[in-house]
Amino acid sequence: MKKSVKKNLLTACLLLMLGLLTWTLMGCGNTGEEESSVDMSEAGGGNTITVLNYGEYIDTSVLRDFEKETGIKVLYEEATTPEEMYSKYTSSTIPYDLICSSDYMIERLIAEGEVVELDHSKMQYVNNIGDFYWKLSRTYDPENKYSIPYFWGTVGILYNKSMIHEEITSWDSLFNGEYAGEIIMQNSIRDAYMCALKYQGHSLNTTNRKELQQAQNLLLKQKPDVEAYFVDEVREEMVAGNAALAVCYSGEAYLAHEYENDLEYVLPKEGSNIWIDSWIMMKKGKNHEGAQKFLDYLCRGDVAVKNFEEIYYPTPNTAAYNSLDEEVREDPLIFPEQSVVEKCEVYKALDDKTMALYSQMWKELKTK
Amino acid sequence: MNKRSLLAGPYIVWIIGFTVLPLLMIIFYALGDGRGEMTMSNILAIFEPVHLKALLLALWLAILCTGICLVLAYPLALILRKLNIGKQGMMAIIVILPMWVNFILRIMAWQLLLSRNGLINGALGAIGLPGQDLANSSMAIVIGMVYDYLPFMILPVYNAVTDLKDDVIEAARDLGAPPKAVLTRIMIPLTKPGIISGITMVFVPSLTAFAIPDILGGGKVMLIGNIIEQEFSTSMNWHLGSGLSIALMIFVLISMIFTSNEEEGKERRAW
Repeated sequence: MKKSVKKNLLTACLLLMLGLLTWTLMGCGNTGEEESSVDMSEAGGGNTITVLNYGEYIDTSVLRDFEKETGIKVLYEEATTPEEMYSKYTSSTIPYDLICSSDYMIERLIAEGEVVELDHSKMQYVNNIGDFYWKLSRTYDPENKYSIPYFWGTVGILYNKSMIHEEITSWDSLFNGEYAGEIIMQNSIRDAYMCALKYQGHSLNTTNRKELQQAQNLLLKQKPDVEAYFVDEVREEMVAGNAALAVCYSGEAYLAHEYENDLEYVLPKEGSNIWIDSWIMMKKGKNHEGAQKFLDYLCRGDVAVKNFEEIYYPTPNTAAYNSLDEEVREDPLIFPEQSVVEKCEVYKALDDKTMALYSQMWKELKTK
Repeated sequence: MNKRSLLAGPYIVWIIGFTVLPLLMIIFYALGDGRGEMTMSNILAIFEPVHLKALLLALWLAILCTGICLVLAYPLALILRKLNIGKQGMMAIIVILPMWVNFILRIMAWQLLLSRNGLINGALGAIGLPGQDLANSSMAIVIGMVYDYLPFMILPVYNAVTDLKDDVIEAARDLGAPPKAVLTRIMIPLTKPGIISGITMVFVPSLTAFAIPDILGGGKVMLIGNIIEQEFSTSMNWHLGSGLSIALMIFVLISMIFTSNEEEGKERRAW
């Protein structure tokens, strides 16, 4: 009797596993089929474009409207990180026409010759992008030939109003010792040193050894006051109230503020890092004309407003910006003060020697 | 080719593909300087103050972790020995059960428990005690490592202790040995192989850990494992990373030789 029960149990287990296996296989097969049917039969066809963007980084009704207005079908795909986009683009057979990615990844793709020049004369609304953002994007696209800025953001200080009873305005709050044990720093090399370099009035792209050493001394002095160096955990830790202030990306800060109203974001007055996500047109793409039309459409004022209202990252589109409510335009959580933004810099890829120095300093800081 | 060596085929492919070749690649990288010259500097880099400091801290935390595990495991094994067979199995399952959950998940749970507004501080606050700053420190790392590696100490020690013959202990008592002498002169020497096996199984992974220090150390504590990880991932200096790995491997081997010299028993060991 006992034996047969055992046997039945075993059979049941086996059946369950078999079921699970077929289910996963079928699931995989399905998505694979879907993807390939879409890509094989339609991608690269006369009236479709293939677009790769970050997740939740567009108002999807914009895609439908574009299809209705132009008759061009948009195959839309998402990725999480620039690295994922890179491997998707280089390793898959999907002929992406457009990719929206971050500054350093765009620099890399341009250097590898994968990006196609845009013809601004064919784009009616491209002048909606403010001069300031064209100037910023020259860091990775020196002649503004390849990329069109889409959204931008900054790195600043997120602080908890219920724990800090003054207005934070400067990097000084991280370094003056007043908030010992309450500080979360970014656990990535450039973001950590950037705070110190900017506070000391240097460029965050400096290769000057003396300036870097000064920044190192400041961070070494600051270390006992630091509660932790985090990257992904910053938002959660701040929402949980485990620290009073943190170096934080503006997009993350906005989300943190949604969870917890006491969290305020400030772009320190000394300036900081500014990042830009831009659109580029890819060599592998099959419909460059349609792709340019789509980019032009994204630059149109009302479309940019739609996207802005979905994402709430600062938009580089002046037409869109001007049509926003004054309340939104003056919300420092979304649009920091222009005079401070002008002190911000985009990260430049550094030479090997400086990167080696950075890595050595980082180890010294962390093992202290 | 006879049947037996044919059966060993998959194992040989596995060993060559995933142990021997990677090891050779590490040696190859460690001895190169990226410009085609041979060099020892990547391996000797372990003596640079930064690396040496990280190694010594890792060593200290590993010793601490191993010691705590031993102190927790030995009495537990003695208690288990006294239980009847059914209860023993039950207890063994309780010890092994946490190992069925991915260790990163368990460590993340500790992160929540230890954080400033976490469960432990909440409980302390509820009974009127001041909160402790446990999170993001070397102490948190040791707690996490002890939690993760304790089963690796309990199992071999438990095996050795259950093999102890009651007759030997009774004989010692008959001959007038006080309980302390029974423990130190009879039981511990007889269970030494199990203890040594447990020590190796806890000491080596805790010396080379990098995920636990990363999560529970709040990025403030850098052990030798974290340095190697940084060289491979963010600094992209595979030569230095491999050199330090080799140095660490040599270090581990030395400590293993040291422990296996200590071992006199002929009993099987768990590794």
